[in-house]
Amino acid sequence: MSTPKANKIYYTILTILVLLFISPILFVIMNSFKGQFFISDAPFALPIGDYFAGTTNYVKGIEKTNFFRAFGISTFITVFSVGAIIIFTSMTSWYITRVKNKLTSFLYYMFVFSMIVPFQMVMFTMSKLADTLYLNNPIGMVVLYLGFGSGLSVFMFSGFLKSIPLEIEEAALIDGCTPLVTFFQIVLPILKPTTITIAILNAMWIWNDYLLPYLVIGVSTDYKTIPVTVQFLMGSYGAKDYGALMALLVLSVTPIIIFYLLCQKYIIAGVVAGAVKG
Amino acid sequence: MEKYLKKQFAIFALPTILAFALAFGIPFLTGLYLSFCEFTTVTNAKFVGLDNYRQVFSDPNFINAFWFTVKVMLVSVLTVNIFAFLLALLLTQKLKGTNLFRTVFFMPNLIGGIVLGYIWQSIINGILVNFDMTMLMDSSYGFWGLIMVVNWQYIGYIMIIYIAGLQNVSTSVLEAADIDGATSLQKVFRIKLPLIMTSITIALFLTIANSFKMFDQNLALTNGGPGNQTSMLALDIYNTFYDTIGFEGVGQAKATIFFIVVAAIAVVQVFITRRKEVEN
Repeated sequence: MSTPKANKIYYTILTILVLLFISPILFVIMNSFKGQFFISDAPFALPIGDYFAGTTNYVKGIEKTNFFRAFGISTFITVFSVGAIIIFTSMTSWYITRVKNKLTSFLYYMFVFSMIVPFQMVMFTMSKLADTLYLNNPIGMVVLYLGFGSGLSVFMFSGFLKSIPLEIEEAALIDGCTPLVTFFQIVLPILKPTTITIAILNAMWIWNDYLLPYLVIGVSTDYKTIPVTVQFLMGSYGAKDYGALMALLVLSVTPIIIFYLLCQKYIIAGVVAGAVKG
Repeated sequence: MEKYLKKQFAIFALPTILAFALAFGIPFLTGLYLSFCEFTTVTNAKFVGLDNYRQVFSDPNFINAFWFTVKVMLVSVLTVNIFAFLLALLLTQKLKGTNLFRTVFFMPNLIGGIVLGYIWQSIINGILVNFDMTMLMDSSYGFWGLIMVVNWQYIGYIMIIYIAGLQNVSTSVLEAADIDGATSLQKVFRIKLPLIMTSITIALFLTIANSFKMFDQNLALTNGGPGNQTSMLALDIYNTFYDTIGFEGVGQAKATIFFIVVAAIAVVQVFITRRKEVEN
């Protein structure tokens, strides 16, 4: 057991580390309330007195980038992609684990194979194909995310499905349930723990993803997601408005932190499960 | 059951397979073929054999990006894993409030690479401005900046994996060691480390793969500057495709080489993990 004195040392170290870990966020919040020229002249000064700029940065940042629209687009793409991934890949996983033939095992290995292929390998050809097929809009993005997310999701659903007994499903089918009813009434509820993990892993990835929406949708449309908006504000040439950037960074991080604080238990558990299996 | 379900292929499997083919299957195969072609759009491809690959290996940008990536990977894998392990040790000391600390340390992992990159760009430039410098004046600022970003992002994540491992070390073994008079240091090196080798393997490969494939953080922090000195492989491939005209084939060849390296890392990981499972 540790002594009270040792505990004091541990707590001191941990408190210092916590401050170090949140200081980048505090830095950005602090500067988001300062006039944009003071951000580069006095980056570590508190936003008081002459430095204080009220909500100017926020107003400018939101106007310049149409932030709330980007927030809506990001939310739309994330929610519907995660929904599509959960429903379609769980159905597919059930099919390929319960129907055993050459085709289903080939499909399983293809899904697993896709997990080790880096995005750069397919980004050029994929974005050209998406353009040709008119997928360069939020609904097309949902289709693409279903395709890209299916590797990990099929892998994880299949791993879980292999471990559950067949008797319940068979009983339902014998009682006259159609496969579709059996799946949604019996199988999907059993899959719940894996479903939560997969939903969290995919939601985090899709919400933060930059390159796929940038390449497929681009910056010259009204469909910019939050990461694309941030990069658009900063990556373009010409004078950069650091005040607007700081405000935008705070606005981008806030929803993630709120979401995290609300369901951190599931998030941490889900991410660990994903790491161990992926 | 199989025979009921088998007929339902169109409902159960087809939607996923179509999306998968669109997003991955077709682009992967055409990409593989196009790495042997000269083209500007997919439709005007002309087969040129291994020409693109020859160009890749004589491209100083690619060679530079490769070594820079290896450097970032080595330093970040070491630092992230050491700090994460130390934190995990601290947080498994049965202290009160462990959960709160864990929550804070993990938080940066949820923030996307682009936002992370710009947060750190403004901090580092904010420090350097006192010396009348910016991050784009010397590639070592970009290098250490990336190390900072990766550490901030991944320490909490990897720490969680180590905590899970350490919590599985049985207390009876540790109590036996206490009775035998083992010091804390001996307990860490002789008992805890050997017993969490599975977690260490997972954590090492996660950090290796993630730092090797890093793109967003690199783009937002320095965009490869000064010059192309801090471009990692993924960014170099991107620039070959989209920032130069007429080099799409070379870009696709670079991407194929990149894929082979990443796949090789994954295969080694599976191999090592399987062997461990057999041993246990």
